[in-house]
Amino acid sequence: MAGHPRQGAAGQPSAKPTAVLLYIFRRLLNVVVMLLVVATITFGIFFLVPWLQHTDPVLRYVGKNANPVAIAGIKVKLGLDKPIYEQFWLYLKGLVAGRSYSNGPDTTWCPAPCMGISTQTQTPVWGQLTGDFPVTAWLAAGAATIWLVFGVGTGVLSALRKRSVIDRAAMVTALAGVSLPVYFTGLVASALFIYNLGWLPESNPNVSLGSDPGAWLQNMLLPWITLAFLFAATYARLTRATMLDVLGEDYIRTARAKGLGEGTVIGKHAMRATMTPILTVFGMDLGGLLGGAILTENVFNLHGLGYDALNGITKNDLPMIMGVTLFAAFFIVMANLIVDLFYAVVDPRVRLA
Amino acid sequence: MTQNPSAEPLVDVGAGAPREFLAVRDLKVHFPTDDGVVKSVDGLSFTLERGKTLGIVGESGSGKSVTSLSIMGLHRNVGKKLGPRISGEIWLDGQELVSASKDEVRRLRGQKMAMIFQDPLTAMHPFFTVGQQIIEGYRQHHPEAKKQQARSHAIQLLDRVGIPQPDKRVDNYPHEFSGGMRQRAMIAMALANDPSLLIADEPTTALDVTVQAQILDLIRDLQQEFGSSVIIITHDLGVVAELADDILVMYGGKCIEKGSSAELFTRPEHPYTWGLLGSMPRIDRDLQDRLIPVKGSPPSLINLPSGCAFNPRCPYADRTGGRSTAEVPELVEVTPGHLAACHLPAETRQRIFAEEIAPLL
Amino acid sequence: MTTRKKALAAVGLVGALALTAACSGSKGSGGSSGGSGGGGGTHAFNAAATSIVNPSTKKGGTLKFWSTQDVDSLDPAIGYYAFVWDLQRLYTRTLVNYPSKPGKAGLDLQPDLAEAMPTITDGGKTYTFKLKSGIKFEDGTPITSKDIKYGIERVFAQDVLPNGPIYLIDDLDQGQKYPGPYKDKDKDKLGLKSVQTPDDSTIVFKLAQANSDFLYHLAMGGGAPVEKSKDDGASYAKHPVSSGPYKVENYVANKGFDMVRNPNWDASTDKLRSALPDKITFTVTSNADDLDSRLLAGSIDIDAGQRGVQTAAQGKILTHPDLKANTVDAPAATIRYISIQTKVAPFDNINCRKAVVYAINGTDQQTARGGQWAGQLATNMLPPSIPGSDKYDPYSLAAGKPDVAKAKAALAACGKPNGFSTTIAARSTSPKDVKQAVAAQAALKTVGINASVFQYDGSQSASTVGAPDFMHSHNIGLNVFGWGSDYPTGSGFLRVLVDGRLILKSGNNNYSEINDPEINGWIDDAAKSTDPAEAAAAYTKINHKVMDQALYFPGVVEQSLNYFNPRLTNVMFSQELGMIDFSALGLSDGK
Repeated sequence: MAGHPRQGAAGQPSAKPTAVLLYIFRRLLNVVVMLLVVATITFGIFFLVPWLQHTDPVLRYVGKNANPVAIAGIKVKLGLDKPIYEQFWLYLKGLVAGRSYSNGPDTTWCPAPCMGISTQTQTPVWGQLTGDFPVTAWLAAGAATIWLVFGVGTGVLSALRKRSVIDRAAMVTALAGVSLPVYFTGLVASALFIYNLGWLPESNPNVSLGSDPGAWLQNMLLPWITLAFLFAATYARLTRATMLDVLGEDYIRTARAKGLGEGTVIGKHAMRATMTPILTVFGMDLGGLLGGAILTENVFNLHGLGYDALNGITKNDLPMIMGVTLFAAFFIVMANLIVDLFYAVVDPRVRLA
Repeated sequence: MTQNPSAEPLVDVGAGAPREFLAVRDLKVHFPTDDGVVKSVDGLSFTLERGKTLGIVGESGSGKSVTSLSIMGLHRNVGKKLGPRISGEIWLDGQELVSASKDEVRRLRGQKMAMIFQDPLTAMHPFFTVGQQIIEGYRQHHPEAKKQQARSHAIQLLDRVGIPQPDKRVDNYPHEFSGGMRQRAMIAMALANDPSLLIADEPTTALDVTVQAQILDLIRDLQQEFGSSVIIITHDLGVVAELADDILVMYGGKCIEKGSSAELFTRPEHPYTWGLLGSMPRIDRDLQDRLIPVKGSPPSLINLPSGCAFNPRCPYADRTGGRSTAEVPELVEVTPGHLAACHLPAETRQRIFAEEIAPLL
Repeated sequence: MTTRKKALAAVGLVGALALTAACSGSKGSGGSSGGSGGGGGTHAFNAAATSIVNPSTKKGGTLKFWSTQDVDSLDPAIGYYAFVWDLQRLYTRTLVNYPSKPGKAGLDLQPDLAEAMPTITDGGKTYTFKLKSGIKFEDGTPITSKDIKYGIERVFAQDVLPNGPIYLIDDLDQGQKYPGPYKDKDKDKLGLKSVQTPDDSTIVFKLAQANSDFLYHLAMGGGAPVEKSKDDGASYAKHPVSSGPYKVENYVANKGFDMVRNPNWDASTDKLRSALPDKITFTVTSNADDLDSRLLAGSIDIDAGQRGVQTAAQGKILTHPDLKANTVDAPAATIRYISIQTKVAPFDNINCRKAVVYAINGTDQQTARGGQWAGQLATNMLPPSIPGSDKYDPYSLAAGKPDVAKAKAALAACGKPNGFSTTIAARSTSPKDVKQAVAAQAALKTVGINASVFQYDGSQSASTVGAPDFMHSHNIGLNVFGWGSDYPTGSGFLRVLVDGRLILKSGNNNYSEINDPEINGWIDDAAKSTDPAEAAAAYTKINHKVMDQALYFPGVVEQSLNYFNPRLTNVMFSQELGMIDFSALGLSDGK
């Protein structure tokens, strides 16, 4: 983090490029280790724990009505008949190099990164996740844009008009946004805009951006707004609080003392300092969302990663749950890294080390 | 500059533009709060000639910083429900600032009047380089200046305030400077537009003792070089001892004594000034001897003590025959140019100072 | 060992997303029967339970199914959800099948791919079918007896195609340990000995002993023909080859699929399917309330899951007669009961068992399941749609209230006038089961029986309540559970629950551990009988004895309030499936 005030004629700002590359490399190594830890923990939860309890994890795959033949078949195919350490090794190997699941003529090749075969669809989890990822990504990207613009805008306005009617109204709305769960706001919004007012048509889950951009946009509008509402509220509050802090800073007074116009003081000096913590949180939120927005996706019937996650849970689809977990972990860890790098870029006091 | 025949500009409010470069008349700055009105500055008047230095001295909360912010027009929310109420007049080079529009005052800020703040670390923006911050101030008032031209101006300024390798340092961030260097950079920033009035608010408080002297020397040198008028605001009489031509002592939002620097140091009239002198660190004395602190704490600005605001802390309040608590003392001229607000009879004051105070200083 | 209602409990999670009556308010309150202007309006509430609503032969249009749950599998050998069986009939034909008729008439199996009902010889052990001519797969290949045999063989490949019904294995393996076609040494992969195909239009089944249920087993998806050249094992579920009027397209797991007309289906060979719509779509949603909203708005036709509307929509439907007219709420062949363990003291004494049956409050049990719209009071252990069922009610359960006096008398007769302590098991994963257990606990308390509730993970039932040793060691005398039949016969419903020879060390379903020679004998009589009426009569006797012995508190027969788009024609409740018969549906507006 920020060093002590350094004295010295040389006074080179920030780190050398090689040091930065070294730092990124070290952090990427960190990412790999983190993902390995997540993979190990999920594996542990789903396989080691049942094993320690002397129950058979295969029972989680086959449901409660399975017969012994089915159980044996699935055991062989998924490699559950092997010792636990070998299963773990195969799991890790599959992630890096791919693996094949085989039971007699019934062989499924699972290319790297192999997160297992979904028990529901009999296809590799990875393919399904990458197939569904665009839905989540579009949901997250659209919502993020909306909440960033409206959240930060409202927050700034509130801070500048502190205790005004606008401020109070915005903060009450924001409180509602923070407190109300998506499955409430989402359903109310649907009921209102689709069924009561008829402003939007019922969503059509069978269109994509490619097939019918107009219908797709109409599909995405409510999910975007609903999800953005939740986050915009947080951002409005955060922006307002940060902005008020920043406006009280000495350097803002200095900026005014230089005779700068209010636009420059707010837009340049105050915003620069306000946006840094906000963009940090933004990075983390976006990273988290890219792993799937379970509630929003399910309320609006969007088949993204969050839907896969819930579906995996309800259907006891262990490879799917583990896959989504790992996928989401990847985005969160990467978001962490990017936020740290970003911080080093925007805040000269932060040095990569 | 219009001529003003009035001989008593200090009390004669609304008498038109004064002849002095800076004239403050009956300035009142009141902050409404939930607990009551905080009268931070309550009827302050003073003048400052071009090229002269004024020291405003007082404890924290005495109103000295509020005064400087009023001159600079840096109070926020003026005229709003919970904003400060400012009245009186501030004349700068023939222009009245209290009644001037925000924009007019803004155009003067950084150009005709500039300010150096107490803590250069927090007063400089952490995300912009020192050079950017100087250049920004310069180009604000010299929109015609090219980037490169502004930059070399910034380097010159840094050089002038004694920063080594200014062409490199110009691209450093404030946190990469030492405390003293930051204050030099802050001064460079203030000087960017060659201001006629420079206000330094506790310019050395945040600095090491050795650096303090350097900075004060720098301010003096620059004042002589640029011919600016300077206001130095401090709680420490020592800071202004060698720098100021005139000194104004504030207490409880009011001026209680003012006069030339020489007068104030040799013949201080007010018991509070005596206290300040007594608590002034002096290198030629032993530690135990030199400090006669003013006992008690600064008064509440919402409910000032009745009569003389200083009376609860004044060791001589019992010698005024009860007037201390009954009436607010007027600021009256004791000797030409030397004014004090004290109920003690002048001779009593002089006797007390000569017999009880001076030997201890 | 099956209840095809199984994984439906998973809907619970989605149900948790269900919400608030606030969302139910939709456009106007009057006349919002969904802007389709269908042929509705003349029929009464629940008319489809007993008759055909909106009879019509109009063709055309797109029938829109939505569901909060994806199909478990479109592979006919695997699919086990009731609604999947209902959909299966649209693309799958079997030798015999159920006709689209309301009431008990819908339970009479009719020839489908077979020319006529089979010739049964050798004392009920040999079934010979002749196939119709002109029957084809969707690719135009004629369907032969070998395709049917191959389809049946696939059921044996439990290692590759698990989770489907396995009755045909029990019927046809006969000690051969046939591994399924994928590991079959026979060059044509037709090595199952008990099924013979002397020519392409003849198929002969040789059973080890007479079994009156065999035809019902053949009517399940496992009895459907599969083209060997199109079989790719586990992946077949993604593109099953149709033998029925529609073929499956664009199946994407958890999203849905379409069905379009199969040009190679010849209507003249099929007397069971009307095939009215031109197209059928199936869409998976995760939002049950949204599904209801669309249903009431008339933009979709029917909830494929047929698990009943959500609370919000239910409130609206019940208060609007015009909406209520478009609903059906009939009992399915599923009972939610509490079993009483004869091997856990003091329930080895019949009077202590009777005390429990008298003491439990039936109305409270019904309320625990969701009230009158979710189930009707059961008075005995055969649901009304099962042949042999009657209104036998030795404990006056129809009144829906406990008989405390008789319960206390029974306790005294049992030698426990002051009551005793026991444990009620319930699946923690089935909240309604837990509510039932808690309601029973409260009722038993009033007669001095102190019951504690034992909750366990439903996925572990085989090793908990399904393991008699576990039941004994944990003093579990009462067990809340549910049972639905896979096919409409007494043995299909009751046999596994009461056959003493089916008591297993784990995965047991005869929870009460009754092993009564008389009951066992009647079970065998029914199996040997070739006359359905005779078999039904045997199960009437079994049912009466089970009730007389107080082995079960029968609880409620499950049902659910389902809304359908008024533009639907030929809406009727299939007693076989316990839901609306999908294969009969048409669209009055032809859109």
